[in-house]
Amino acid sequence: MSQPAIAADTKPWRREGARAFISVRGVTKRFDDFTAVSDVDLDIYKGELFCLLGESGCGKSTLLRMLAGFEQPTTGAITIDGEDMARVPPDRRPTNMMFQSYALFPHMSVEKNVAYGLLREGLAKSEAYHRAGEMLRMVKLEKLARRKPDQLSGGQRQRVALARALVKRPKLLLLDEPLGALDKKLREETQFELIKIQETLGVTFIVVTHDQDEAMTLATRIGVMKDGKIEQIGEPREIYETPNSRFVADFIGSVNLFEGTVEAVAPDMMRIETQGLGPVLLPPQGGLTRGQQVWGAVRPERFALSRSKPENTPNAWQGVVEEMGYIGHMSQYRIRLANGVLIRASQSNRLRDEDPISWDEQVWISVQPSAFRVLTQ
Amino acid sequence: MRGWFLPLAVAFGFIFLYAPIISLVVFSFNESRLVTVWGGFSTRWYGELLRDRQILGAAWVSLQVAFASATLATIIGTLGAFVLTRFSSFTGRLLLTGMITAPLVMPEVITGLSLLLLFVSMEMTLGWPAGRGLPTIIIAHTTFCAAFVAVIAQSRLRSMDESLEEAARDLGAGPVRVFFDITLPVIAPALVAGWLLAFTLSLDDLVIASFVSGPGASTLPMVIFSKVRLGVSPDINALATIIIGFVLVAVVIAGWLMRRGMRQGE
Repeated sequence: MSQPAIAADTKPWRREGARAFISVRGVTKRFDDFTAVSDVDLDIYKGELFCLLGESGCGKSTLLRMLAGFEQPTTGAITIDGEDMARVPPDRRPTNMMFQSYALFPHMSVEKNVAYGLLREGLAKSEAYHRAGEMLRMVKLEKLARRKPDQLSGGQRQRVALARALVKRPKLLLLDEPLGALDKKLREETQFELIKIQETLGVTFIVVTHDQDEAMTLATRIGVMKDGKIEQIGEPREIYETPNSRFVADFIGSVNLFEGTVEAVAPDMMRIETQGLGPVLLPPQGGLTRGQQVWGAVRPERFALSRSKPENTPNAWQGVVEEMGYIGHMSQYRIRLANGVLIRASQSNRLRDEDPISWDEQVWISVQPSAFRVLTQ
Repeated sequence: MRGWFLPLAVAFGFIFLYAPIISLVVFSFNESRLVTVWGGFSTRWYGELLRDRQILGAAWVSLQVAFASATLATIIGTLGAFVLTRFSSFTGRLLLTGMITAPLVMPEVITGLSLLLLFVSMEMTLGWPAGRGLPTIIIAHTTFCAAFVAVIAQSRLRSMDESLEEAARDLGAGPVRVFFDITLPVIAPALVAGWLLAFTLSLDDLVIASFVSGPGASTLPMVIFSKVRLGVSPDINALATIIIGFVLVAVVIAGWLMRRGMRQGE
């Protein structure tokens, strides 16, 4: 598939033969008999904001610590900008890290914290403090330069940590749950600020997070991890719309899964027989053969609810509203079909004065063929 | 039942612990030469104390020993604690863990005797230390004080956020630099507390000092002990009161520093 030139420039991973800036090859990390990271291959391109997403204990932090040099891979190799990192200690790597706890030095002022890395580089004191001041201005903390870390709020500390990690202009910035300790409102504001800073400086970011919304908002691409392996790598939209496994489909957003088998494959249509929904018609998907066990995945918002039978799709069923939750911008429904199957659906509330479908109503629930994603694992 | 039992138990406990000390302090202000007979308030014995060359000399020896051994013990104990908390596996780790705390539970008589034997055999084979005196007491006190410092420093190092050290590494500081720039300042309050504790322990010690001291190097507890054997004189009460004051101040400061250090570590 050919892409417009501009997209290829901002999305180098789509371009055939593009040179990876960071490459992780067959990296495994074992602690005694526990395998934290298992045979991971990963290419990250210059200027990316890459998110490693997964539940705690999935190995994402260990992978990040190997990039920073705090852990050595048991097997495999990591190269950054063409340089093998195997024997390079953390203090000589072209990377900087922003720690989950922020790790601000408690006995140093904000200014000293930020200048510390520059002074270790051998920069003159005046130059180091000048650049630290510039960086503090960028994160809007120049007025608090003389404070000690324990005199700052959580959000301010987060920005000091970011300034300290960025001041050396690393080739790669590693961020371990950078927004994890902030409250919801501040987190959302900071997300966009982080993107802005990343675009301004052009530094490659790798962010570790367990928060899927955060990953979706921040990332150019997401790597979903589970049990030390990368399950899927892709742009946020790819991960959401075309997950490659039930795990990814369920981990990112919520999903209805229907187990079934492929009944018929035609050039323009395909039919799968599902246990929950009976026969479902959908556009053909490559690599499927008749009789194969598959799972049909549908996002809740892709279902349409109506009081009369919809005409525009062959996939429609009748059911009863068992639960309904009004959230404001949308409503969530649980619809019980006649055969007892429970379906999660959601509707956005676009009109103020509509007559909403409510508890115990008989409704038609329908879905467009293209809304189905067929998963094989 | 709970209404009166708890206060009574507390009162009894305090009396049991502190009545002897209070009576000692009170009798240090006694005018009478007889220790057990109250003859009115006076600071006479404090004055006599200041004219006693022997006691002043011993106090000076004790202070020198306490200062030197507390300082050495802090250095050794801190290094030991650092190795035990930051290096997860090396040959002899278990042995070192055990050995570093052994002096805490070892009877002082055994520590003193073994050190004496060591010094004597060293003198015979190496020619050093020539005789026993200030240096041998300092070495002896350093060995058991280092154990106390190591325990305090270890607990502080464990509670310290290790990502502070990693952050400094990440920003371009080598391991030695990190120790002096980050680790040491962060655990400093605990080390001061450890130093003060070592200082008071050294000041207190009678048994080990008696084993390893030589002529001309009697510590204060040794002098007091030998005086008391000839009968308790009231100036000893005055001296004891002063020592209690010193120890009290040091222990309070040490405790305060340790608590502050712990709070900062959280």
